[in-house]
Amino acid sequence: MHRFANPARFLRLAKVILPYSSGVAVLSLALGLWFALAASPADYQQGDSVRIMYVHVPAAWMGMFCYVAMAAFSAMALIWKHPLADLLAKATAPVGAAFTFLCLVTGSLWGKPMWGTWWAWDARLTSMLILLFLYLGYMALVNAFDDPERGHKAAAILALVGAVNVPVIKWSVDWWNTLHQPASVVKMGGPAIDSSMLVPLLLMALGFKAYWISILILRGRAEIAAQKVRVIRMAQIHAASRGE
Amino acid sequence: MTRKQRRLYFVLLGMLALGAAVALVLTAISDSLVYFYSPTDIVTQRIPEGRRMRIGGLVEADSVKKDGKTVTFTVTDVTNALPVVYSGILPDLFREGQGVVVEGRMDKGVFAATEVLAKHDENYMPKEVADALKKSGQWNDGKSK
Repeated sequence: MHRFANPARFLRLAKVILPYSSGVAVLSLALGLWFALAASPADYQQGDSVRIMYVHVPAAWMGMFCYVAMAAFSAMALIWKHPLADLLAKATAPVGAAFTFLCLVTGSLWGKPMWGTWWAWDARLTSMLILLFLYLGYMALVNAFDDPERGHKAAAILALVGAVNVPVIKWSVDWWNTLHQPASVVKMGGPAIDSSMLVPLLLMALGFKAYWISILILRGRAEIAAQKVRVIRMAQIHAASRGE
Repeated sequence: MTRKQRRLYFVLLGMLALGAAVALVLTAISDSLVYFYSPTDIVTQRIPEGRRMRIGGLVEADSVKKDGKTVTFTVTDVTNALPVVYSGILPDLFREGQGVVVEGRMDKGVFAATEVLAKHDENYMPKEVADALKKSGQWNDGKSK
């Protein structure tokens, strides 16, 4: 892990991975969406509304996955002071926020026809909303300081503190009575979802993951470039002030 | 101990303490985190009449009776059952044997609902698979439990 903390090595590795991750993302999202929207069967209870699930569930997984990644990068940055970890945590935040938002919106669209309500303050929905606020808080905090070092540190602590919310989201449906249904895929005794529906779901999940890798590489590159510019500017200022 | 190790243990300990604190808080307020009570809770805990709350359970088979706009049905958690009266539009997924969450208050032993929400279970399958399961007798819809 420590070997990859070197920005130069990251950039070399990123160059190799990016075409593959982008290719996998485009292919599996195209195939997954075709299955999800056209080729997969309608549900015996929900009818065609089940198709919302193919976006909603992978988006929810990504919302949690991105947060775990962000918290892990933040821990690496705090403990080992890896120069890259802060930048990758910062690069992940908007992606996770977008997926969480997508999850909440699609869930709401499904909830109205199925449950009979857009929103319910049950434990699963509320903890997911808190996740969105954690992302927004992180993004606000990381940019709130003139000195990016201090912003990174404060935001990293927020990311770690907020990480306790992730297991609460996952098991909220088991710990308390919720309107939201319990887990269908990751549960004891195997998935409670027919394979004709599980395959498009997993394809979409794979596509979202590959998309995240590609975006992380692009945003990570941009962050590294921005830091280089900052360093050069600082050097110029110092040189100018010495020259006078 | 190097500074890196010290920071590692500090973060681990912090996370552990935070996790424990959150777990304690959540256990303490667990009662207000449940979205609905079961009919058994209502029977055993003697919740006062007139208090607004939500009840969740399965709609008992053959209990739904429609009289104009008013619907009466029974919500059951297999051990206990509660009669519910409601007038309004029912969600699409509302049907006998399905999960339901009703909001309202107890009124002379009958739960007067102001809102009815359908609860979906975790099973997803095409209609053909559901029919095949029913045919082969492996179907489990709450009635047989």
